[in-house]
Amino acid sequence: MDCYTANWNPLGDSAFYRKYELYSMDWDLKEELRDCLVAAAPYGGPIALLRNPWRKEKAASVRPVLDIYSASGMPLASLLWKSGPVVSLGWSAEEELLCVQEDGAVLVYGLHGDFRRHFSMGNEVLQNRVLDARIFHTEFGSGVAILTGAHRFTLSANVGDLKLRRMPEVPGLQSAPSCWTVLCQDRVAHILLAVGPDLYLLDHAACSAVTPPGLAPGVSSFLQMAVSFTYRHLALFTDTGYIWMGTASLKEKLCEFNCNIRAPPKQMVCWCVYAAHSKERAVVVAWERRLMVVGDAPESIQFVLDEDSYLVPELDGVRIFSRSTHEFLHEVPAASEEIFKIASMAPGALLLEAQKEYEKESQKADEYLREIQELGQLTQAVQQCIEAAGHEHQPDMQKSLLRAASFGKCFLDRFPPDSFVHMCQDLRVLNAVRDYHIGIPLTYSQYKQLTIQVLLDRLVLRRLYPLAIQICEYLRLPEVQGVSRILAHWACYKVQQKDVSDEDVARAINQKLGDTPGVSYSDIAARAYGCGRTELAIKVWVCWSMSHAQGSRPLRAGTLIWVRARLGVFTVLLHLKNELNRGDFFMTLRNQPMALSLYRQFCKHQELETLKDLYNQDDNHQELGSFHIRASYAAEERIEGRVAALQTAADAFYKAKNEFAAKATEDQMRLLRLQRRLEDELGGQFLDLSLHDTVTTLILGGHNKRAEQLARDFRIPDKRLWWLKLTALADLEDWEELEKFSKSKKSPIGYLPFVEICMKQHNKYEAKKYASRVGPEQKVKALLLVGDVAQAADVAIEHRNEAELSLVLSHCTGATDGATADKIQRARAQAQKK
Amino acid sequence: MAFPHRPDAPELPDFSMLKRLARDQLIYLLEQLPGKKDLFIEADLMSPLDRIANVSILKQHEVDKLYKVENKPALSSSEQLCFLVRPRIKNMRYIASLVNADKLAGRTRKYKVIFSPQKFYACEMVLEEEGIYGDVSCDEWAFSLLPLDVDLLSMELPEFFRDYFLEGDQRWINTVAQALHLLSTLYGPFPNCYGIGRCAKMAYELWRNLEEEEDGETKGRRPEIGHIFLLDRDVDFVTALCSQVVYEGLVDDTFRIKCGSVDFGPEVTSSDKSLKVLLNADDKVFNEIRNEHFSNVFGFLSQKARNLQAQYDRRRGMDIKQMKNFVSQELKGLKQEHRLLSLHIGACESIMKKKTKQDFQELIKTEHALLEGFNIRESTSYIEEHIDRQVSPIESLRLMCLLSITENGLIPKDYRSLKTQYLQSYGPEHLLTFSNLRRAGLLTEQAPGDTLTAVESKVSKLVTDKAAGKITDAFSSLAKRSNFRAISKKLNLIPRVDGEYDLKVPRDMAYVFSGAYVPLSCRIIEQVLERRSWQGLDEVVRLLNCSDFAFTDMTKEDKASSESLRLILVVFLGGCTFSEISALRFLGREKGYRFIFLTTAVTNSARLMEAMSEVKA
Repeated sequence: MDCYTANWNPLGDSAFYRKYELYSMDWDLKEELRDCLVAAAPYGGPIALLRNPWRKEKAASVRPVLDIYSASGMPLASLLWKSGPVVSLGWSAEEELLCVQEDGAVLVYGLHGDFRRHFSMGNEVLQNRVLDARIFHTEFGSGVAILTGAHRFTLSANVGDLKLRRMPEVPGLQSAPSCWTVLCQDRVAHILLAVGPDLYLLDHAACSAVTPPGLAPGVSSFLQMAVSFTYRHLALFTDTGYIWMGTASLKEKLCEFNCNIRAPPKQMVCWCVYAAHSKERAVVVAWERRLMVVGDAPESIQFVLDEDSYLVPELDGVRIFSRSTHEFLHEVPAASEEIFKIASMAPGALLLEAQKEYEKESQKADEYLREIQELGQLTQAVQQCIEAAGHEHQPDMQKSLLRAASFGKCFLDRFPPDSFVHMCQDLRVLNAVRDYHIGIPLTYSQYKQLTIQVLLDRLVLRRLYPLAIQICEYLRLPEVQGVSRILAHWACYKVQQKDVSDEDVARAINQKLGDTPGVSYSDIAARAYGCGRTELAIKVWVCWSMSHAQGSRPLRAGTLIWVRARLGVFTVLLHLKNELNRGDFFMTLRNQPMALSLYRQFCKHQELETLKDLYNQDDNHQELGSFHIRASYAAEERIEGRVAALQTAADAFYKAKNEFAAKATEDQMRLLRLQRRLEDELGGQFLDLSLHDTVTTLILGGHNKRAEQLARDFRIPDKRLWWLKLTALADLEDWEELEKFSKSKKSPIGYLPFVEICMKQHNKYEAKKYASRVGPEQKVKALLLVGDVAQAADVAIEHRNEAELSLVLSHCTGATDGATADKIQRARAQAQKK
Repeated sequence: MAFPHRPDAPELPDFSMLKRLARDQLIYLLEQLPGKKDLFIEADLMSPLDRIANVSILKQHEVDKLYKVENKPALSSSEQLCFLVRPRIKNMRYIASLVNADKLAGRTRKYKVIFSPQKFYACEMVLEEEGIYGDVSCDEWAFSLLPLDVDLLSMELPEFFRDYFLEGDQRWINTVAQALHLLSTLYGPFPNCYGIGRCAKMAYELWRNLEEEEDGETKGRRPEIGHIFLLDRDVDFVTALCSQVVYEGLVDDTFRIKCGSVDFGPEVTSSDKSLKVLLNADDKVFNEIRNEHFSNVFGFLSQKARNLQAQYDRRRGMDIKQMKNFVSQELKGLKQEHRLLSLHIGACESIMKKKTKQDFQELIKTEHALLEGFNIRESTSYIEEHIDRQVSPIESLRLMCLLSITENGLIPKDYRSLKTQYLQSYGPEHLLTFSNLRRAGLLTEQAPGDTLTAVESKVSKLVTDKAAGKITDAFSSLAKRSNFRAISKKLNLIPRVDGEYDLKVPRDMAYVFSGAYVPLSCRIIEQVLERRSWQGLDEVVRLLNCSDFAFTDMTKEDKASSESLRLILVVFLGGCTFSEISALRFLGREKGYRFIFLTTAVTNSARLMEAMSEVKA
């Protein structure tokens, strides 16, 4: 404990600063940092180094090399720089590396050195070259600002949504400004530049000269300027060795300091501690071998730099890395200060002490505790310990603080456990990602600002899928936000591994993702397709949808996914449909009955032509024929079109070896043509009638000859023709013709129908004529129909047929048939006697 | 006459809760669009909606005007339009045309689409393709179970049959699973599950998954319904294709019962107006005759009329006080009964007029011949004559299908000639109908191998029973399609008739088809319930081509009361007929069970055939 505050350096009366080592770097740098272009992303992000950037020779050995390392110096990527000379490097908020070239082109690389895209900062730059460039971060994303050879500024506030803004000219600017920076105020990016003793503020409309209030006289030039992380504060370094610190709006001065060093600093970082209760604003200035922390105090803190170092501004401090070490310099947070300050009597400090004594089994523990309790500050003490634990870097110290908090909690009745639990969880996560192998040295404040979601994204970006999943599971994040999302990313990454076979990738994906809800297979398939791996895209969902649809595996994951999956299949289907050429698409469908039937249904309603192509592709001639038949009814108006459609259909049926359908279709073509002719010659409506109805219409119209011709042409069977004529003539009530017809030859349908039809028309007289001609089996029925019960009875008795007898009997009604009924009864009795 | 239930028959669960649930959900959805709005309702949803929420309820929730979704431009002037539709692409296009017309006219209104029972992705995609996805908000009204009667729940999805059995579309299966899930959350888990058919199995598995996802909710509950039986329509097409002769079935065949109610035309009401009548257990007259064979109904009604008259006559000789009592208490009931009685008598007369003709007798005779498998030639020529005379396209088709299924497909010669005749009679577009029927397995051609069955029946007569079984096995493994004849023999579907079958006092379920045939579907259910499994029915299952799709799932029965074990939920996927319902009600009375029916829709032969027909657009 005594030496715990050894690395604390007081600045002024109230603030302490400490610097501790994050990692010892083992990146084996051959060059000095000063020989490289360096860019390090905030929030413990990666470091990019471009070696030999300024060499002009073309020899391969001295070509610039772009290396990307994690914050702990683990190599992530290395590539030979083959494009033009680079002016500046920077990281975007998404951890993409932006390389601004002299010709104004900006090349975007991923964390692993994979080229993403490029864009240009405008044509003007092509001639004038880029002198300098800055990459800055706003709440909208990351922006790029460049200074051209013509001393003009161009900026884009968001590289994701590129809109170039050319800033107005600075009047009378002949040479490059001595220093400049990007300010971001009211959501608009401005540029602040210094020319000699003057400061200018450029916005998109105008250029205005500004003067910082309370600036010491005698300044002839500004050498450095630095803006805080939040764009709220600004620091200016002048050639007189004077540092001005104030708000970024240049309306208020906060403090000033004179360091009496006139050499231009290599780097300057301004930060305002992000916590609201912070007392201090500080500026860190670095020269070759000297690091100075300056604040609102007459003295400054000075460190000696053994090596060439680079400063990375962070939200709550500054990271300093060199060839061998990576350190973090920050203001000691209030909670830690309270607890660890020498001779502190803060409740947290006492509690920590109490806990230590308790572990030593000393009764002093009780004394300390009592002291806190007497002051009624136990709650505060516990809170202090918890908070301080968050700000500690060493797990040991975290543990002892948390132990103290936990100890204190025992003596409190109602202390809400959330803060303690969450801190434990957060620290575990933080310690995990701070690990040397992961290399994301986040502080607690940074982590809270970044949010867990973004941290997970960053782990995914570094392809640390297992760790990300473990964190999700540990924090019990909802699957859709957590595990599923990561698995989906993993799968998307997996499909991009070109050296693994499609089969293996698809299987691996299915194994891992099989049961996870909320994973969009369509996205994965689309990604695979995007990398030109169509086959794989198909396999991904085929494999998977088969395992679900065929029930070869129990549907453990449940219906919702099943349904969603179906939708997924559909999405992929349609996606592929739009992307692939027809042929490939249909071939794909072929092996997927479920998808195929879905798609067919869809086409039937929405894209008829596609349906045809689908059948064509499959050589499904039967369905193709049906398709054309349907078309001949639904789509075509003109008779020629309909016949043509039918012809196509008939051809298809022949191909399908469905002779019957083909013949039927051909008959229909003939009939259509004929009906057309009939309409022309006879008038009236014939089209779309069936053959039967056509003939009937002809007979009803008195065209008997034509009707018979038609019947012969289409080989209408006799029976049908007789039925047809019988019905038609009866409808006409042309009894004469009917009789003639009945005598033309022996009726193939018997004569009972004649009787029936006459009775239907209530013509008993005609009916009786035919009743006599009805064959013996149906005679009784016929006689009953015409109402000749007596004769029917005679016939029935003659036939000795029990069924017929009872039938007649049932028709005997009232008195008129009384005699007949008796007769039947007698006949029956007789028959029984026999 | 009407058979009372056995005294120990279990009480049916109260299904009116389902209605309340659906109504509350609909109101909630309507309230999501506050203020006055016009409601566009799809024609198919109108009757079901009417059973859930009447116009005044809709008005209470600020529905201003009601329109039917049809292919006409809407004249609505409201600022908010709400569409209540089935998830069909056709509807999406209608909505899109409406919205786009508004856009052209520079009008902005609020649009809300409520899909019932669920939305399909394809619909949303069409909306997107039409460019209006952002303009409309979509919701689901998970209204999938309409209690039509105390023991009959309908999903009112007639399209299920065509979509699944013809087009192979499996989307509705999810709806079925959701419906089952709803039932089990409301009425407790089902301890015993049986099923047959591919769709049944899929629906069952899906539903089980739903249960697992939300486990805990139903676990601790006492089951109210002891058994559930799922059955695909294609397991038994035969029953659905037969002419119905039970009163309720006949009314359905003749007048078409729609969503539990029927429109009686002027010829029935003996006035000049049509009358919409709700047919369910609340109609006391109907309740007594619904399950009766038609030949008994008339006698029953006249008896009833006489009783009624007697009750009316009682008022003679009453004193004033008694008269007052009579008027205030009995008269209303009597009048009501009187009205219903005259309606049903009217309906009966109308049916008699249509059905007691010679034709109908012949038709029934042919059907019975087909079921029993004799005089096939005669039946075939009867069907041919039927077609030649253009009696009715749907009826002709039905007979052809019945012939095909009972005979294992038509012999090639008949297949051709019947189809030719049919096309000549009813128009060539039915070529497509035939193609549909073949795909669904309803009307097929005998494969050359199938003539073996004829040989088989001859051979099997010559050898011992045991050997015959083996031969049947051998033969049926050669035959591709299901073999109705063999199943019929195995399950004894054609009762042996010694003398007249007394339809007044039915002996078995065959009474619903005049004693000629026990419905296959009901027999299967009876057999499985008796055995509590498919054990011993392997042969039948194989003949039905359902070897992979017959399943049993029993859980421990310790919680189920003996009462609940006599309640059986039968789920028909693809529709069930009133004859089947009557048959099972009869079975229930015999055995002390109560059956509850859940069907995708109530169907009959005509509806099945229409679903398969292609009509000119």
